[in-house]
Amino acid sequence: MNILVCVKRVPQTGGRIVLTADGQAIDTRFLGHTISPHEECGVEEAVRIVEKEGGTSAVLTLGPAEAEDQLRDAMAIGIERAILLETQGGEWDPVSTAGAIAETIEAQEAANGRFDLILFGNEAADTGDYQVGVRVAVALGRPVINGIKEISFGDDRRVAFARREAPGGGWETYELPLPAILGVKEGLNLPRYPSVPGRLRAKKKDVERIALGSSPSGAQGLGAGEDAAYAASPVPGPTKLGLRLPAEERTAADVIGRGPEAAPAVVDLLERIGVLSK
Amino acid sequence: MAGLPDKAKVVVIGAGIVGNSMAWHLARLGWRDIVLLEKGTLPSPGGSTGHASNFIFLTDHSKEMTAFTLDSVRQYKELGVFTQTEGIEVARTPERMQELTRRVTSSKSWGIGPAEIISPERVKELVPFIHEEIILGGFYTPGVGVVDSLQAGTLMRQKAQELGALTIGAGVEVTGIDVEQGRVKRVRTDHGDIETDTVVIACGIWSPRIAKMAGASIPLTPAVHQMIDIGPIPFFEHTNAEIAYPIVRDVDTNMYERQHGTGFEIGSYAHRAILMDPDDIPSIAEAALSPTMLPFTQEDFDPQLEDALELFPDFVGDEKAGIKLAINGLLSLTPDGNPILGETPEVKGLWSAAAIWIKEAPGIAKTIAEWMTTGEPEIDPHGSDIARFYDHHKTAKHISARTIEGYNKTYGIVHPMEQWASNRGVRLSPFYERERALGAEFFEAAGWERPYWYGSNEKLLAEYGDRVMPRAAEWESRWWSPTINAEHLAMRDRAAMVDLSAFAIFDVTGPGAAAYLERLCVNKIDVPAGKTVYTPLLNGAGGILADLTVMRLGWNHFRVVTGGGMGMRDKKIFTDALPADGSAQLFDATNSFTTIGLWGPRARDILAGVTSDDVSHAGFPFLTSKVVEINGVRALASRISYVGELGWEIYVPMEQGLRVWDALWEAGTPHGMVPAGIGTYAVTARLEKGYRAHGNELELDFNLVDAGMARPSVKDADFVGKAAYLRQRAALPVAVLCTLTLDDPTSKSGVKRYMLGREPILSLAGEPLTDAHGRRSYVTSAGSGPSVGKHLLMSYLPPSEAVAGNHLLVEYLGEHYPVTVAVAGATPLFDPDNTRIRS
Repeated sequence: MNILVCVKRVPQTGGRIVLTADGQAIDTRFLGHTISPHEECGVEEAVRIVEKEGGTSAVLTLGPAEAEDQLRDAMAIGIERAILLETQGGEWDPVSTAGAIAETIEAQEAANGRFDLILFGNEAADTGDYQVGVRVAVALGRPVINGIKEISFGDDRRVAFARREAPGGGWETYELPLPAILGVKEGLNLPRYPSVPGRLRAKKKDVERIALGSSPSGAQGLGAGEDAAYAASPVPGPTKLGLRLPAEERTAADVIGRGPEAAPAVVDLLERIGVLSK
Repeated sequence: MAGLPDKAKVVVIGAGIVGNSMAWHLARLGWRDIVLLEKGTLPSPGGSTGHASNFIFLTDHSKEMTAFTLDSVRQYKELGVFTQTEGIEVARTPERMQELTRRVTSSKSWGIGPAEIISPERVKELVPFIHEEIILGGFYTPGVGVVDSLQAGTLMRQKAQELGALTIGAGVEVTGIDVEQGRVKRVRTDHGDIETDTVVIACGIWSPRIAKMAGASIPLTPAVHQMIDIGPIPFFEHTNAEIAYPIVRDVDTNMYERQHGTGFEIGSYAHRAILMDPDDIPSIAEAALSPTMLPFTQEDFDPQLEDALELFPDFVGDEKAGIKLAINGLLSLTPDGNPILGETPEVKGLWSAAAIWIKEAPGIAKTIAEWMTTGEPEIDPHGSDIARFYDHHKTAKHISARTIEGYNKTYGIVHPMEQWASNRGVRLSPFYERERALGAEFFEAAGWERPYWYGSNEKLLAEYGDRVMPRAAEWESRWWSPTINAEHLAMRDRAAMVDLSAFAIFDVTGPGAAAYLERLCVNKIDVPAGKTVYTPLLNGAGGILADLTVMRLGWNHFRVVTGGGMGMRDKKIFTDALPADGSAQLFDATNSFTTIGLWGPRARDILAGVTSDDVSHAGFPFLTSKVVEINGVRALASRISYVGELGWEIYVPMEQGLRVWDALWEAGTPHGMVPAGIGTYAVTARLEKGYRAHGNELELDFNLVDAGMARPSVKDADFVGKAAYLRQRAALPVAVLCTLTLDDPTSKSGVKRYMLGREPILSLAGEPLTDAHGRRSYVTSAGSGPSVGKHLLMSYLPPSEAVAGNHLLVEYLGEHYPVTVAVAGATPLFDPDNTRIRS
């Protein structure tokens, strides 16, 4: 089973989000970068599939030169090879991103053979576009399902079974002929931490770099509409006006008691939220 | 936050381990209405305490830092938050093995319990998961441990609250500090203002920003220390203990490793220094983990992973052990590596308690609290005194250069004389170019480039042969040259000129000047104009604060001259004591005058060659000063000596210094005069004369009776420390400062070895000597005595051992060497009758 995982370098958040002065991006000065959480599960799943089924695993990203860190993170937990579609800065919209990735996958498959399964995160943690995987699938003419939280394979390895939670409870199970594309979600698995030997191996591995031009959407943001992908599209691209932070929710803490006298109130509370039963 | 008072006796800013310790010790010493402000949430507000590794190794080559650490351990134990784990520093190289023997000697000198060198096999017994084949041995300290610094802080806050002394304001951000007439007036916060005249800045990496609000400077920089945590390690699951194995410092790779629970923490000081501007630290809200736990930069840590893998292959190489946490933790670095403690020179009532590690925090807080309360701290904090900094030390350039250079020395093998390489050439004397042409080897003192010896004097080596006491071993030859001893001998035979530009000089003037200085100085200052007085300064407890000279230049004009190293600290002592009525003023004339020392049997002939003023013994007696004209320059000559020779210190307006240097040079050359460096001035000549030096022999924990500096009588006038001094004189001495000679420098391997200072003095049975105050006997100063043909050591000994002719041992690099007490007390070994000085 040959698996490709596509990942995106995104800011690692945890504190209050701060925007750049021009309101066009998240200020990442104090933030590290990471792989989108859904995609971390994709990486873990790819490693597990290859551990179980045999085959090869590869990771691909489209991003700046620094996105190499995220590729090595993926290799540190066991992905075998990495491909970096290196941008020259600027923001890549989902249409252009999907176009460049589809093109690369075709070239990779022509050289190295078919990817039986290509995993995307359900949506990127930063831009949340929900569409790159679908666009790539359309471009490559392969079946695609999003929201996947469980993956298995048919005995003949010709089909994949993908499950996702159904609205209102229960599970939907899909059978997809391979090759196929899946958009996966957190909960698919619990990603492992990298080991030190894994980290050291990843450090020594090559990253295949493919240079891309500057943002095809132009410096103004999305939808300048000049590139081929948009030219072929019947609808004009969207334009990003800017980012705005939601109003901060002020939450107040209720002091339910002090010292030993607080114990009954704590028990009440624990019962109310179902931690303790009466 | 409700209930913040609008007035306080003292406001402590920052509730990390330092601020909590400060609040407790101030409360313990009787302070009330203490307000502790913290912008984060308790108990872990987000500063460096929150991510500290919390382990404590006991031994530091610095006596002061070790004293802080030992006192802190005592306090942590009392609080019940100390877990003894034992600790081992392992050596991968022979150089490190030698360094570890040095650490054993420092442990003995500073009175640390057991500490010994152990074999790789013994290391393996203690740490069964170590790859012992790559190490040569270890320095084993059973007393090493780990503390819960957050719990310690909580307990100390509670204790202060139980005394009714403390109000805590958490979630309160300081927005300003108002200063009126040079003194703290109020602290402004986002929850209202607090009137106070005393503030303690205990804000770690944020301290510079808070100090700046009041117009003061705390020269530290936030810097990154990387650590990762891997696990779970199945091996540790059976220990059922938070810590069951000794902490290992892999010092040659600048790393440490320790178990905690089933995890294994790896920390590093090996990566490049990553500094940060205090203004660039994220706010608590902006930070993902905490403001001092920044995103990990993997590429900086990668090389260290290999080192850790080599030493602990089973755990670090475990494919199933994941890297669970990896952070770039922020901590505070200072340009000289020491903490920054004490009242700021800029603002009265504004105290700094910054750049302090977990291992020393409670001890330092106790020291500062004592300092704030009585001015008499039990541990001498002079090496960490915020007042030690000169202006150039406070520049961004200096801070960044020296912290970058110092970072990788955290676990380094640092020679006691090691010079900084970065940001040199800050202060240049008028003679600098002359000295460079003479091949001077420059050492730094208070930013000045000061010749330690001169390459041009190598020609003297042939003249003096083995009298220069050559050194064969690399360690003692480092930062040293036999030329120093040749210069010394040439000075004793003929004459030498010494660049003393690093002196700090304060001119004190006004009708109240004499009375003001009299109050500070032990010796009588109200002497006739033209007299020079050498005097110690004491604190109220009779501990030695400083020693310096005071020249009376006129009825209302005095010139105070003190060493450059502590010059700015001494300036603060004098400034703080100035009379409120303005009857005396102090002007810092350090940069107005350069000083040339001229000493040796031919000094008078040389000086007479450049001046027509009377320089005869009758016309210019010892311990007097007067203006002489040299080559058209009016210079102040003071007949005094720190080298035990006839001669003068000559004070010259800075811009005319070169003119006097050249005149003396020309006049001295026919007499065989040489330029001599500080190696002669501050070490060899001083030791032969038994002169005491501040920071070596003279510290707060010693008194004038111990030091053999008590004069036959005490002046009538009152002075700081007089009552204590009188008590000390009436009591039996507890220790006696002695000069010892090294009887045989030959090591077991047949190489001659020479101690450099700070080594323990032992009985013939090899046991450390301890005086009645519990102080160990250690070498306060060491150096060649070329004129007496012996390597010399000074040490305070218990009175029973302080007997001329007594045989003892000194431990040096793991071996014992025989020494003999040559002089008990202050009598010089060389020229004991001082005929040279007074000729």
